[in-house]
Amino acid sequence: MKFSTFRRHLREGFKNIFRNGWMTVASIGAVTTTLILVGVFLALVLNLNEMAVNIESDVEINTMIDLTATEEEIITIGDEIEQISGVDSVSFSSNDDELAKLVDSMGEEGESWRLFEQDNPLNHVYIVRAQVPEDTERIANEIETLSGVESVVFGQDVVEQLFEFNKYARTIGLVLIIALVFTAIFLISNTIKITIMARSTEIGIQKLVGATNGFIRWPFFIEGLLLGILGSIIPVAVILGGYYYLDKNFSGNISFSFVEILPFSPFAWQLSLMILIIGAVIGVWGSVMSVRKFLKV
Amino acid sequence: MILMNDIYKTYANGVTALNGVNVDIKQGEFVYIVGPSGAGKSTFIKLIFREVKPTNGKIVVGDMDLSKIKERKVPYLRRNIGVVYQDFKLLPKLSVYENIAFALEVIEEPPKNIRNRVMEVLEQVGLKNKARFLPNELSGGEQQRVSIARAIVNKAKIVIADEPTGNLDPETSWEIMKVFEEINASGTTIIMATHSKEIVNTIKKRVIAIEDGLIVRDEHRGDYGYEI
Ligand SMILES: Nc1ncnc2c1ncn2[C@@H]1O[C@H](COP(=O)(O)OP(=O)(O)OP(=O)(O)O)[C@@H](O)[C@H]1O
Ligand SMILES: [Mg+2]
Repeated sequence: MKFSTFRRHLREGFKNIFRNGWMTVASIGAVTTTLILVGVFLALVLNLNEMAVNIESDVEINTMIDLTATEEEIITIGDEIEQISGVDSVSFSSNDDELAKLVDSMGEEGESWRLFEQDNPLNHVYIVRAQVPEDTERIANEIETLSGVESVVFGQDVVEQLFEFNKYARTIGLVLIIALVFTAIFLISNTIKITIMARSTEIGIQKLVGATNGFIRWPFFIEGLLLGILGSIIPVAVILGGYYYLDKNFSGNISFSFVEILPFSPFAWQLSLMILIIGAVIGVWGSVMSVRKFLKV
Repeated sequence: MILMNDIYKTYANGVTALNGVNVDIKQGEFVYIVGPSGAGKSTFIKLIFREVKPTNGKIVVGDMDLSKIKERKVPYLRRNIGVVYQDFKLLPKLSVYENIAFALEVIEEPPKNIRNRVMEVLEQVGLKNKARFLPNELSGGEQQRVSIARAIVNKAKIVIADEPTGNLDPETSWEIMKVFEEINASGTTIIMATHSKEIVNTIKKRVIAIEDGLIVRDEHRGDYGYEI
């Protein structure tokens, strides 16, 4: 396309935006509402997902060793665990270590446990990590079959619940967002349809003197693109502002390590870019829908 | 130049407008299309620039076979054909100059050529001093000159006119006809549907008479042949 032609399309596209007044405002408003919801939802789901992944990768298998096991047997068990495929690390924690941990974690009440220091009732433990979280369960099962192992314990339930919750959140959010996106597309395509109606004489003459459909389509395409991009300005501001606030006030403040949110940079920027792109796609889609039908002659 | 072979046209509502038309128009000819109202004159004319598609039959315009031409080639067909209507079809918010330049802009003519070419055709139709006027500041005859200028600005080889003098008084009609004759004299084919007995019988040209979708008469230097 020639530059002069492109400039013409751009000018016409902008003109259309202003000409349509309230319809323009309405469709930009629809895009804005949609994108804010999409943005908040994406921030939520992506963060939850990240948390679930973090927890999952945090999952350790605690291998309780029989109280009767000899030192040699304990070493053998350690070697055997290391032989299992997919095992990342194996570390030994004696019953004294375990008791210390227990006492620590219970604070005041823990003091009473000190009574057991002389006659420790706890097991020696191997703490095992899988290379990939998905293998945790299989490895745990294999360890359980080794002789000298009393039992294995790992926090599979928490992870599964989080993923389950996330799955529901995603499905519901997706349905909601798709409905909103289509509403926005519908509004944009109607706005552009109004332009097209208003300009039908002009389009008729354009066709009469031999303008190609592509040429006629461009200004409407640009109008749609502009509506989408204008509609994404406020959502991007909300995301950047809101996320910056959260990141600043939330991150250091929380005692559970896994509830850390994704860092502002690059996450908020990536999300903003995504919102902008979704806005542009909504706009272009809306314009394509309304123009396609019209040019079919 | 323009060849129609056994053309039929039935509209979607079942009305048959053309019923087996054969015609051969050579480059540089001036042809009147006459006939009663509803005979199929406008349909005949619209076939030439693919405003309507024939139900059956073959049309060749220049080197394009319209029965085979792809949809996306239609704009390029139209760049060889200028169209003039009874109601001018000017854009009311654009000046005379802009209305004509428009036709070149939308076919992506380089901007530096546009100005010269527009002034050239304005001179040709005698409106050079009204380039900045808006259409509603012009008389009917002047508006029709603008639409003729727009039709020829891209050097179309064929100009098609559907009752171009239908909205004009006799005096003005003669002036417009003079413009058409000049355009024809420079080698442009002109095909004009008209109800004006006066014009057809005075400025003698080839006359094709259509009745009930059939060509009933085709004469060189013919008469209008109907009483009004
Ligand atoms: N778009 C259309 N859809 C359906 N029928 C049509 C259409 N255009 C024309 N017709 C019908 O086709 C027939 C021929 O119409 P056409 O316009 O070609 O006549 P015409 O000779 O130009 O008449 P006039 O002198 O009044 O302009 C008429 O019966 C008309 O009603
Ligand atoms: Mg007619």
